Amino acid sequence: MPAAIEVRDVHKRFGELRALSGIDLEIPQGEFFGLLGPNGAGKTTLISVLAGLAHADRGSARVMGHDVRADYRAARRSLGVVPQELVFDPFFTVRETLRIQSGYFGVRDNGAWIEEVMQHLDLASKAEVNMRALSGGMKRRVLVAQALVHKPPVIVLDEPTAGVDIQLRQALWQFIRRLNRDGHTIVLTTHYLEEAEMLCGRIAMLKDGRVVALDSTANLLKRVHHLFLRLRLAGELPQELRALEHGGTAGAHVLRLKSYEDVEQILAGIRRAGCRIEEMEIVQPDLEDVFVDVMHRS
Amino acid sequence: MSGFPTLLYKEVLRFWKVSTQTIGAPVLTAALFLLIFSHVMEGRVRMYDAVPYASFLVPGLVMMSVLQNAFANSSSSLIQSKITGNIIFVLLPPFAYWEFFAAYVLAAVVRGMVVGTAVLLVTLPFVEIAFRHPLWIVAFAFAGSAVLGALGMVAGIWAEKIDQVAAFQNFLIMPLTFLSGVFYSIHSLPAFWQGLSHFNPFFYMIDGFRYGFFGVSDVNPVGSLAVVTGFLALVSGLTLALLKHGYKLRH
Repeated sequence: MPAAIEVRDVHKRFGELRALSGIDLEIPQGEFFGLLGPNGAGKTTLISVLAGLAHADRGSARVMGHDVRADYRAARRSLGVVPQELVFDPFFTVRETLRIQSGYFGVRDNGAWIEEVMQHLDLASKAEVNMRALSGGMKRRVLVAQALVHKPPVIVLDEPTAGVDIQLRQALWQFIRRLNRDGHTIVLTTHYLEEAEMLCGRIAMLKDGRVVALDSTANLLKRVHHLFLRLRLAGELPQELRALEHGGTAGAHVLRLKSYEDVEQILAGIRRAGCRIEEMEIVQPDLEDVFVDVMHRS
Repeated sequence: MSGFPTLLYKEVLRFWKVSTQTIGAPVLTAALFLLIFSHVMEGRVRMYDAVPYASFLVPGLVMMSVLQNAFANSSSSLIQSKITGNIIFVLLPPFAYWEFFAAYVLAAVVRGMVVGTAVLLVTLPFVEIAFRHPLWIVAFAFAGSAVLGALGMVAGIWAEKIDQVAAFQNFLIMPLTFLSGVFYSIHSLPAFWQGLSHFNPFFYMIDGFRYGFFGVSDVNPVGSLAVVTGFLALVSGLTLALLKHGYKLRH
């Protein structure tokens, strides 16, 4: 069984800018995969190479075993892309947009599936509305629907929840999870790391056009060995503990711990200073901590 | 199944949905040209020794509308899609580059033919005109609009801003059409300009098209059709090469 996505030594330059500097990546079929990285890391360029919107200067990319250049028709048929930019065609209604997009992929008489996609994305009531008249969130839903009309085995979502309300996010993830359960491979880029942590089985982190971390989400979370202690005190944080401080919000202090044993010393320090603890909580590291750690080290 | 029929359908639907602007406006322009020129010129000249000026003018106006609208269709569709970013919807599907080419050019031909037919219908009640060789009429309208549809694609692919397409239209397409013999027979020109007109491919489109109506032309229509199809092959080859390499479309 070919990998859903296979990228080998892909390089891409835009003038002086090295957007991708030797990316290697293999995503097996059925995976829910996260592609994370700061702005300008190369995530969208990598997606563009997979979708045939940009041509790699070196290296090869395959979708479901089909080379994106030599066998571009099969590769593109296997791929559904939700672009990052909120784009639409102002001439058409929602239903026309979806029928046309389906026809582009040679899939006609696709009404039942289009209805189903519209139902899941809560678009049915807007089916006959012109794209111009839709809100930003609704346009985003149509973009997702457009990527799905030809039932592609591999679905790439490039920051699909940017600027989207909670209701749509939840509906969208529910639908995408179902597609994943049905066997579709999902590749997601997002700046909401809690989404990636919740959804993705495996994650690649990109920085400056390179893969700097690639592992299962569980293993990535194990990489950060420290813990955090969140404290709310009646009084100032004692001077001797300030070095451990790792941020904090709204009157709370967050201290960084190497292990649970550190808690004893901290409590002793607070007692010595005569402070009273109003609230205390030990927090496990999340993907954001891993992300910050990886980006800092690489 | 191929996505080509849907791309063609979408390109036709696009101009059909704004037909006041894409069909109504050029018909009005052509009618005004006829009204003004026939009023000023009527009775002063007879073309090909026997044809009244207004009758001579109508096929010229029809073909000018066919050509300009074919160009406008493909160029405006592409530049609008590039600027708004929705070009991605036609770049993601598995179109072969020649399917992409054929859909945009054929839609431009359809727009040119629809506008041309509308101009003809609107002007017919006011002039006497024959249809001596209808097949020549259709052949030149088709080939001419295909050339302009392909040129429109080149402009739309090359341009990055709407005013660059407008410049292409105003500084290239417009002068070449106006100087191609829409309003006059090149035989009425001084020898130098007459000679120069033979280097304008649009001249052969108008002249051959007019032959279909009157059975008379400045140049033998077979030669004209050969020039126009040769030019079509040249422009198509250029457009296909641009599409194949993804020039300014795929990075």
